[in-house]
Amino acid sequence: MSIPASWYLILSAILFGIGAFGVLVRRNILVMFMCIELMLNAANLSLVTFSRTLRDIGGQADVFFILVVAAAEVVVGLGIVVTIFRRRSTAIADEISSMKD
Amino acid sequence: MSPVLSMLATTPTAPDVIVFVVGALMILVGALGVIVSRNPVHAALSLVLTLFGIAVLFIEQQAEFLAAVQVIVYAGAVVVLFLFVIMFLGVDRSEDINDEPLIGQRPFAIGLVLVMVASIIALGSEAKWAGGSHSVTGVTTGPANNVYELGKAVFTTYLFAFEATSALLIIAVVGAVVLARRSSTANSEENQPALQRGGAGDERGETQ
Repeated sequence: MSIPASWYLILSAILFGIGAFGVLVRRNILVMFMCIELMLNAANLSLVTFSRTLRDIGGQADVFFILVVAAAEVVVGLGIVVTIFRRRSTAIADEISSMKD
Repeated sequence: MSPVLSMLATTPTAPDVIVFVVGALMILVGALGVIVSRNPVHAALSLVLTLFGIAVLFIEQQAEFLAAVQVIVYAGAVVVLFLFVIMFLGVDRSEDINDEPLIGQRPFAIGLVLVMVASIIALGSEAKWAGGSHSVTGVTTGPANNVYELGKAVFTTYLFAFEATSALLIIAVVGAVVLARRSSTANSEENQPALQRGGAGDERGETQ
């Protein structure tokens, strides 16, 4: 028999946790962005797992749309990063603090 | 015995286990590489490893089309876009990962993430949908008809979402162009020094 769904779900939870940890502790905006991608991929993995387990193609269709939305999100997010870098010439989140100062 | 442990006790065949373990190792090593590497370029390359591992596990679960799209869109386009922006901004310097600007941020984050992962796993082990009762009415996703079934679902059941996605892509393209455009009018004086500093790249560390 094939791999039980719970193995995939545990792996997905661990991957999501690693991504969330990265977003919490890293301060480079680009690396934080990559950690968001890790969390999105964890969600994709669990959706494909449920699609196989429940024998419903809807989970895979959801992953398809999540891929498209993630690509659009990366385009807009990196555009914002480039704009911030032009204004402040930094990519470290702690140094973008003009609202605080 | 909890449902997770009982699921772990079932014995899948050896090739499946080997593929899963290899994919899981790729995913975890890549993810850890993303969060511990000081250089953003190394983080992007570790992200490629994770995305390929995800694609391996997609194939293991008979989602061949999504595995191909995962490699093409994520490992191909998204990571190349990341690397392009890293090189374009000249931020491929090593970040000092050891200093901690907020006291106790990392232990707090570790505790928070551990609680979150444990609660996700506990939720999955308690709920029936994690391991058990399968729907018998849905379509099968066999190897021969995965693309057919997915295409049929996307263009019939999810047709409105598909059309909305096209609008989303147009808006994202327009937004990216507007964000990345150098405005030639009012704030050009404001942009110009930052651009010169950004273009200098490696010398930026000395000026700061």
